[in-house]
Amino acid sequence: MLARTVLRSVPFRGVARQSLNKTSTRASSSAAGAESASSPFHLTLTASAATAVALGSAAYLYGQEAFAMTPAEEGLHPTAYPWEHAKWNKTFDHQALRRGFQVYREVCASCHSLTRVPWRSFVGVMHTVDEMKAMAEENEYDTEPNDQGEIEKRPGKLSDYIPAPYKNEEAARAANGGALPPDLSLIVKGRHGGCNYIFSLLTGYPDEPPAGAVVGEGMNFNPYFPGTGIAMGRVLFDGVVEYEDGTPATTSQMAKDVVEFLNWAAEPEMDDRKKMGVKAIALLTGLFAVSVWVKRYKWAPIKTRKIVYSPPVSRR
Amino acid sequence: MAGAVRSPRPDRFRYLPARLPFPRIFKRGLFRRNAVYLTSIFGAAFAFELAFDTASNKIWDSFNRGRQWKDIKYQYVNKAEEDDE
Repeated sequence: MLARTVLRSVPFRGVARQSLNKTSTRASSSAAGAESASSPFHLTLTASAATAVALGSAAYLYGQEAFAMTPAEEGLHPTAYPWEHAKWNKTFDHQALRRGFQVYREVCASCHSLTRVPWRSFVGVMHTVDEMKAMAEENEYDTEPNDQGEIEKRPGKLSDYIPAPYKNEEAARAANGGALPPDLSLIVKGRHGGCNYIFSLLTGYPDEPPAGAVVGEGMNFNPYFPGTGIAMGRVLFDGVVEYEDGTPATTSQMAKDVVEFLNWAAEPEMDDRKKMGVKAIALLTGLFAVSVWVKRYKWAPIKTRKIVYSPPVSRR
Repeated sequence: MAGAVRSPRPDRFRYLPARLPFPRIFKRGLFRRNAVYLTSIFGAAFAFELAFDTASNKIWDSFNRGRQWKDIKYQYVNKAEEDDE
């Protein structure tokens, strides 16, 4: 307010005219004359050309991207799909998680481990306690050493983690022609493109590699895989799995379900996290409104007061 | 200060707004005794938390109708009971 009144009180144009006049014609000067003050044409031309060259070379040097890899080595970028569970106010579709876990168990689990997910984490998410206990008991786990120091086998419990299909990395490589099937617990977080990439990879196998593509021995062609040569072949075909809820098991349906399941495996906290986020935003919006009101309340007397200077009246 | 309105308050408080925003009942009932004041704060916090959580959970469930475990649970719990019979 104060600054604005100060500005308004001084005539604007008058100041501008005055300062312009003062700079262009000086009352007394030590310079040679008026001509030397304005720069000659060739200087303007040189400066403009130099500026243009500098900007052009900077744009040339910094405007280009450098690619260390060929597009084939980079892999085809996956399509961005409208995932329902990726929206800010949507949870996972737990029926889809259940179907996806079925796909994992019947298709993926023969090669890929899911070692960071315990049986208990499925309870109350996509299965009942009894179902999960039965599933855990189908697997054998090592016991603690007994009195003789020997390790026996016991049926699995809810607190056990899902067993890996191979004993160790070497066994996995030996069984898969030297390629290691990655653990799928965090694969959605661990790959560029996340859900889109895995869905594209699973559904992106062409019937035969395109003409001119070099596919190594025992490898398969998949344009979405960096390098295009992938040891895993196409595994999802229509009807590989029979869903218990009657959903048609097409390739894309199974890929979508298993990708959503793998996303849950990587972020099991997502549902709660989003709900907390919505609550926090609602609360903080209210608190922000209150703080704005308090600020205005506290500042009202200061903003609205008027300071008046009454000069002393001289007595005569 | 020309045209100063006569105020019941002393002149040095003239920067305060003429009408305080809180009703008198708050000042009388709540702020006089610290115990009452604290109790009402804790009680209000408890009641607000309860109401806010209930309301926001309801809104959240309406966003996600049919997607959560509690929406599909009945299919599997009933099935397990039928197997037992």
